[in-house]
Amino acid sequence: MSAPLLQVKDLAVHYKVRAGGVLWGKYQSLKALDGVSFDLKAGQTLGIVGESGCGKSTLGRAILQLVPATSGTVAWLGAPPPELKALRREMQIVFQDPLASLDPRMTAGDIIAEPLRNYRKDLSREQIKAEVRKVMAQVGLLPSMINRYPHEFSGGQCQRIGIGRAIILGPKLVVCDEPVSALDVSIRAQVINLLMDLQRELGLALVFISHDLAVIRHISHRVLVLYLGKAMELAERESLYAAPRHPYTQALMAAVPIPDPEKERAKPRVIVSGDIPSPLYPPSGCVFRTRCPKATEICAQVEPPLESAGQDHMVACHHWRDGRGRD
Amino acid sequence: MTANEAMEATEVIGGRSLWQDAGRRLLGNKAAATGLVILAVVAIASFVGPYLLPWSYDQIDWDHIEALPPDIAMGHYLGTDSLGRDLLARTLVGGRVSLTVGILATTVALLIGVTVGAVAGFVGGRTDQLLMRFVDLMYSVPLTFFVIILMVLFGRNFTLMFIAIGAVEWLTMARIVRGQTLALRGKEFIEAARASGGSTPAIIWRHIVPNVLGVVVVYVTLTIPQVILLESFLSFLGLGVQEPMTSWGMLINDGAVELQINPRTLIVPAAFMTVTLFCFNFLGDGLRDALDPKDR
Repeated sequence: MSAPLLQVKDLAVHYKVRAGGVLWGKYQSLKALDGVSFDLKAGQTLGIVGESGCGKSTLGRAILQLVPATSGTVAWLGAPPPELKALRREMQIVFQDPLASLDPRMTAGDIIAEPLRNYRKDLSREQIKAEVRKVMAQVGLLPSMINRYPHEFSGGQCQRIGIGRAIILGPKLVVCDEPVSALDVSIRAQVINLLMDLQRELGLALVFISHDLAVIRHISHRVLVLYLGKAMELAERESLYAAPRHPYTQALMAAVPIPDPEKERAKPRVIVSGDIPSPLYPPSGCVFRTRCPKATEICAQVEPPLESAGQDHMVACHHWRDGRGRD
Repeated sequence: MTANEAMEATEVIGGRSLWQDAGRRLLGNKAAATGLVILAVVAIASFVGPYLLPWSYDQIDWDHIEALPPDIAMGHYLGTDSLGRDLLARTLVGGRVSLTVGILATTVALLIGVTVGAVAGFVGGRTDQLLMRFVDLMYSVPLTFFVIILMVLFGRNFTLMFIAIGAVEWLTMARIVRGQTLALRGKEFIEAARASGGSTPAIIWRHIVPNVLGVVVVYVTLTIPQVILLESFLSFLGLGVQEPMTSWGMLINDGAVELQINPRTLIVPAAFMTVTLFCFNFLGDGLRDALDPKDR
């Protein structure tokens, strides 16, 4: 089998944070992302879920090298990534806030054309314009709106512009950093379906970051659950949604309301109390133990490795075998 | 007709940029629009007017060296000064000098200030420290002293004057632009630009500069009068332009000497200058409101 498109190994991003002191404060390291690994095949989607502050966005940005990785490697097509400028031609990003990610002083056409101006200096003005019109039609924007400014578009349309900008160079991978979280529910499905259509047409691989389990389920082939910068569970979608192994994943699933009061009342509850701990002072051992209903002594002492729990199903928990009756 | 053809068939819809919006708001503001018109009139009069007058600014009317009151028949529409030179011609030529200095010096300040500020703010780190400490250093040098030294070293010279003034005025511009850039740097569209492969100079030029320009334009309209005043001050001290060339500052200086015997020679240039400065300030205020309607 050929090498996966993207191979992330033990990726860590630590931010330096000043801790107290006016002039000569000590620096502490904040582990936004700590040793995350996964593979992504061409044309597939990896969903990344987690609470806010768990390192989802940092992971997306670290893949694109928008934030420098502290350690770990990102391999591209089985080899070390090419030089930065060449790499960015292959992978692009769609941001969370559709309006903020567009320069307010540029027209939609100029925004979508910007990557072309950076990479295809050989193209004439007309060729660029033709290319932009093609992409606009592809993402479902009227090409006649080429001269409009971002503030004249709705949120969903702005996100389409952002997607157009991301695909115009024909990348192999697009990182979507919560692309639908800022959108109205009615628009979400449209944008997600657009992304899935584009994936099919262009053979894109997606890294889809979201906190919405339903969205992730709809779009992903594989799902990575992050908590406090660490991978909790990494599995095929079907396997994960059918039988979540990690107590954290179980808790996340249980928190999704079911639109049927009977079933809602009857569903098993996994209660997770408290807040996510500060990433400045992560708990010893398993980072989730402070909120885990199954936590025992070993959890505080030994950090659970990400181990195989079935086919294509990895989980980082000492107790994933406990109380398992269904499978 | 398919949907696609329908799309092609429709005309390209022109968008209205933020600048166009601001232009509309500016013209809707009476004080600013009036200011703009008066400024245009003063500028045209200063640059074209002297060629249409019967007397040139340095021509002495030997029949009237006694400071003639306004006399339409003689062609001295606002009278002459104590040396018999036509006051209107001198005021208009002086306006030409003052406006030129104001605009050129501000342009110098604009170029240096925006470049330094944007680079310092965007690149950050050591570059930022180095540039901004240099700005701090320059701030501590007294302006008059600096200009006098330049004048002594290079002699009195028109070009030198606006370079000297511009070299001082860019400091504030650099600070303002740096502050704005810092605020912009964290925005997602800058990150998006970096992700789409833009180099640092390209991002500064394409994204930072157009976005700080709004604030800069306001500051420019407020800097021009400041520079005109500064030039007047230097001329007042005898460090500005040289006779028989003149500027508003010099004319006011001359007029002040004759205040008691001949107030007209003070009032005329002073009125021109005051009106111009007022207009610039109204325009600046109007621009600020127009460019950032949220801040009003």
